[in-house]
Amino acid sequence: MANNNIGPKRLVVGAHYGLRDWLAQRVTAIVMAVYTVLLLVLFLAGSNFTYEGWAGVFAHQWFKLATFSVVICLLYHAWVGMRDVWMDYVTHSVVARMVFQVATILWLVASAGYAAQILWRV
Amino acid sequence: MSEVVKNRPRYGVMRLIDATGYRLPLAGIVSILHRISGMLMFLLLPFILFLLDKSVTSEVSFAELQALTSGVFVKLVILALVWAFLHHFCAGVRHLIMDLHYGLDKHTARKSAVGVLTVSLVLSALVALKLFGVF
Repeated sequence: MANNNIGPKRLVVGAHYGLRDWLAQRVTAIVMAVYTVLLLVLFLAGSNFTYEGWAGVFAHQWFKLATFSVVICLLYHAWVGMRDVWMDYVTHSVVARMVFQVATILWLVASAGYAAQILWRV
Repeated sequence: MSEVVKNRPRYGVMRLIDATGYRLPLAGIVSILHRISGMLMFLLLPFILFLLDKSVTSEVSFAELQALTSGVFVKLVILALVWAFLHHFCAGVRHLIMDLHYGLDKHTARKSAVGVLTVSLVLSALVALKLFGVF
């Protein structure tokens, strides 16, 4: 069978390799940066640096949902970043890289689960 | 695959150890610290969540957290995480600005790299002073 995937018409971006993740990493970064500022403002606006003041910030449903959204952003952001790290440094064995990548996903998904448990227990 | 193909040197594939052989410019130092700080926060993510857990669950756990974080080692770990966050934040903002094609020339890029290092280290130093009870 003739290989047509060569020369100037070679298909190099068929599945939008990279662009989606590149963009997602930046969008999630902006979401997390905005959240950081919001959390700082809420924390500093409450004059009492006590348990009530701090837990009170997390008592509202909207803030739990906002925090959880940020956790999901963090999950995706960290996945893209860690995948880049494994792609850059684990270059000699595809199996080893895949083990690291799967471990990364499990680590992040488990962390997101823990975050959800914390948030809705308050 | 023939032996010749198998034994061909793999150009462009670098090992981690090769990276230590380079003298990095300031922007390169900011870049590698961006990566290191990100990895540190990824690895300690469950610990960060554990701290959040203790801090919001109840007054009892809040008191336990205060006792736990009075230890020097835990304070140092928290300080490392604070630095990692501040550096990753500042370097990330620099990244986003550069994605918009601002400050890409060598001179400006060097200045913004100095800015990132200065801001993150000064803020980390302030947090360190606060953590260890200087003010």
